[in-house]
Amino acid sequence: MQKFTTLISTAVPLAVENIDTDQIIPARFLKATTREGFGENLFRDWRYNPDGSPKPDFVLNNPQYKGEILVTGKNFGCGSSREHAAWAIADYGFRVVVSSFFADIFKNNALNNGILPVVVSDAFLKKLFAAIESHPQTQIEVNLEQQTITLLEDGSQESFDINPYKKTCLINGYDDIDYLLSLKAEIEAFENGRLTGQV
Amino acid sequence: MKPRTLFDKIWDSHVVTSRPGHPDVLYIDKHFIHEVTSPQAFAGLRRRGLPVFRTNRTVATADHNVPTKDQHLPIKDALSRMQVETLTKNCADFGIELYGLGHPYQGIVHVIGPELGITQPGMTIVCGDSHTSTHGAFGTIAFGIGTSEVEQVLATQCILQYKPKRMKIEVNGTLGKGVTSKDIILYIISKISAGGATGYFVEYAGSAIRSLSMEARMTICNMSIEMGARGGLIAPDQTTFEYLKGRPFAPQGEAWEKALAYWQTLYTDEEAEFDRVLTFDAADIEPMITYGTNPGMGIKITDRIPTANELADTSELPSFRKSLEYMGLREGAPIKGQPVDYVFIGSCTNSRIEDLRQVAAFVKGKKKAPHVEVWVIPGSQQVRKQAQAEGLDRIFAEAGFEMRGAGCSACLGMNEDKIPPGKYCISTSNRNFEGRQGPGARTFLASPLSAAAAAITGSVTDVREML
Repeated sequence: MQKFTTLISTAVPLAVENIDTDQIIPARFLKATTREGFGENLFRDWRYNPDGSPKPDFVLNNPQYKGEILVTGKNFGCGSSREHAAWAIADYGFRVVVSSFFADIFKNNALNNGILPVVVSDAFLKKLFAAIESHPQTQIEVNLEQQTITLLEDGSQESFDINPYKKTCLINGYDDIDYLLSLKAEIEAFENGRLTGQV
Repeated sequence: MKPRTLFDKIWDSHVVTSRPGHPDVLYIDKHFIHEVTSPQAFAGLRRRGLPVFRTNRTVATADHNVPTKDQHLPIKDALSRMQVETLTKNCADFGIELYGLGHPYQGIVHVIGPELGITQPGMTIVCGDSHTSTHGAFGTIAFGIGTSEVEQVLATQCILQYKPKRMKIEVNGTLGKGVTSKDIILYIISKISAGGATGYFVEYAGSAIRSLSMEARMTICNMSIEMGARGGLIAPDQTTFEYLKGRPFAPQGEAWEKALAYWQTLYTDEEAEFDRVLTFDAADIEPMITYGTNPGMGIKITDRIPTANELADTSELPSFRKSLEYMGLREGAPIKGQPVDYVFIGSCTNSRIEDLRQVAAFVKGKKKAPHVEVWVIPGSQQVRKQAQAEGLDRIFAEAGFEMRGAGCSACLGMNEDKIPPGKYCISTSNRNFEGRQGPGARTFLASPLSAAAAAITGSVTDVREML
C-alpha cells in the first residue's frame, strides 16, 4: 500500500450529501477483474452525458478545480460495499477525501487503499467549501502524523480522529493482510479451542 | 457475569485476539463470494503465493452479472462472461464449492445461504456485498466487506474489526392489513435517515418483529445497511429453528440437538445495555414508498412528498432538490396515482418464495395494466422451481407478469436487466440511488404487495384499497 504522511494540495469541492458508491462508480463498470483503470469512470453519470461528452457543470470537468483532495457532503460512500469506489478515487488521483461523516464500509475500503478519509465538523466543512469555491487555488494541508487539516490561507485548523492502528498502517504502507498472516498460529489455536456447537 | 446483548455474545465468542491499539481479530464462520467482488482478491492470493486457508468455510455463486433470460446459453456480454468464468476458474484452482450458473443451488448469494441452511444462528458471516446483513435474521453477525477484506478472509479466515456500537430497534404491536416487513424497514429508515445508524450494529426486537416469518425478517435485516448500520440481527427463536430444520446444510440428528441447545442461548440478557434504543408502534406503519434518491426518502403511500419548508435540516435542501429533479417529481405533490412504467419484483430484499406467493395470491385473476412491463425474478433456482411446482408461474403468466431465471437482475443495472432512462419503476429492491437500475432510471422502493398493486393499476396505489 502507498504510504501517506503529509499532503499539501488544492481541492475539488463536491457539495452533495449522501453520495453513494453507485454514483462514485456505477455497477455497469464493475466488470473488470483487475484493480486498475476505474478512475476513468469515477462519477461517470454525473461527469459525462450518455453520448460520452463531458457535462460542463460537473466539478471534475471544471478546469478551475484540481488537486488530490476531494471535499464532499456528509455520509459519503454510503450504499454498496464495492471497493471499486475506493479504487476509482485513488486511480483518478485523490489521496484524501474530506467529509463530515463517512459510511463505514467505504471508510475501511479507503483506508485499505492508501486513501485518507478525514472527518471534520459541519462548520469546518462549510468553511472549506466556501474557501475553495471563492478561491480555487487555495491550499489545504493534511498532516496525518499530527492528525490536522489546515486551510493555509488563514491558518484555520481542525484535528481529526483516526484509529491508531490504521494510522500506523498508512504511515508505513502496511496492509492488514500482513498483520493477519503474522497471527496464523493464534488463529489455529482459536480454531482448536472452540467448543461451541457451530459447524 | 455482566448482562450482554446477543451481538456481544456472538462477537466475543469469535475474537481470536484483541491487542491494545489494534482492532479485534474476528474469526469468520462462513464466507460467501460472488463474481464481482472476488477476482481481485484471488489475484492478491496468487501474487502472494497464498492458498485459501479454510476452503470449507467459503461458498461461491454467480448472481450480479448473470442474465435472467436464456441462462443455458453463454453470457452474451463479453466482460460479464469473463467475470463469471474467472469465478469458476478461481473456485476450481483454490478448491471452493461453487453454485454457478446452471447449478440447481445457484441464486442470489443472500437467498441461497439461508435456503440451503448454510446460514445458522450464532455465526459470523461476511461477503463482499453490503446486503450480507440479510443473514442477521438468523441471529448472526453478518456484514458486507470490501475486496481487500475478502482476500484477508480467504487467506486467514479472519477480519480486523473495531466493535461497533449497539442499537436496539423495537417495533411493538400488530401490523395492519396490507402492511409488510418491507414497510416496517422503509418506515424505520425514513425516520432515522440513510445515515442514521452509521457506526452501529442493530438488534431488531419487539412483538411485531417476533411475529414475522424468516423471509420477512430477512427483508428487514437486508436493509440495515440502508440506514448505515454495519448490520442488523434478530434473536433466533422457534420460527428460526423450524425454518432451518431439514435444510440441506443444517445439522442433523445428534448434531442438530447439540446446535439447537447452543442456539437457544442466543438472546440479549434482560439487563443488557444498548448505546441507543428506538421504539416504534406497528400501528403507525402503513404501506411505504420512496420518492427520492436514497432509501431514507420514504413516505406513507397516502402522504404527499415533503416540501422544502418541511425539511428538518436546511443543509439538506440542495440534495433534496437535486433528488426531486432527478425523479421528475414536485415537492408537496401526492405520490399515489403517479404512473409507473416498470414493476420489478425481485432482489435479495424480496425474491423469496413467500414474496412470490404473496404476489401470486394478490394478482390471481387480475391483469397487469397494458402499458406496464412486469418482471418477477426469483432469488434462486430453488425458489423458481418451487414457484413452478405451486403453479405460481401460471398465475403470473395469466396476469401478464414475466417470470425469469434467478439473479440480481434489475436491482443494480449491471446485467442485461435495466430500466431505461427517465422511466419509472416500482421496485421491491433496496436502493433508489440515481442510475441504480440503469442510467437515468427512476426508482420507487416498495413492498411486493404495493409493487403488485401498481402493476395492476399502472400507477402507485394503496394496496389496502384492493384487499
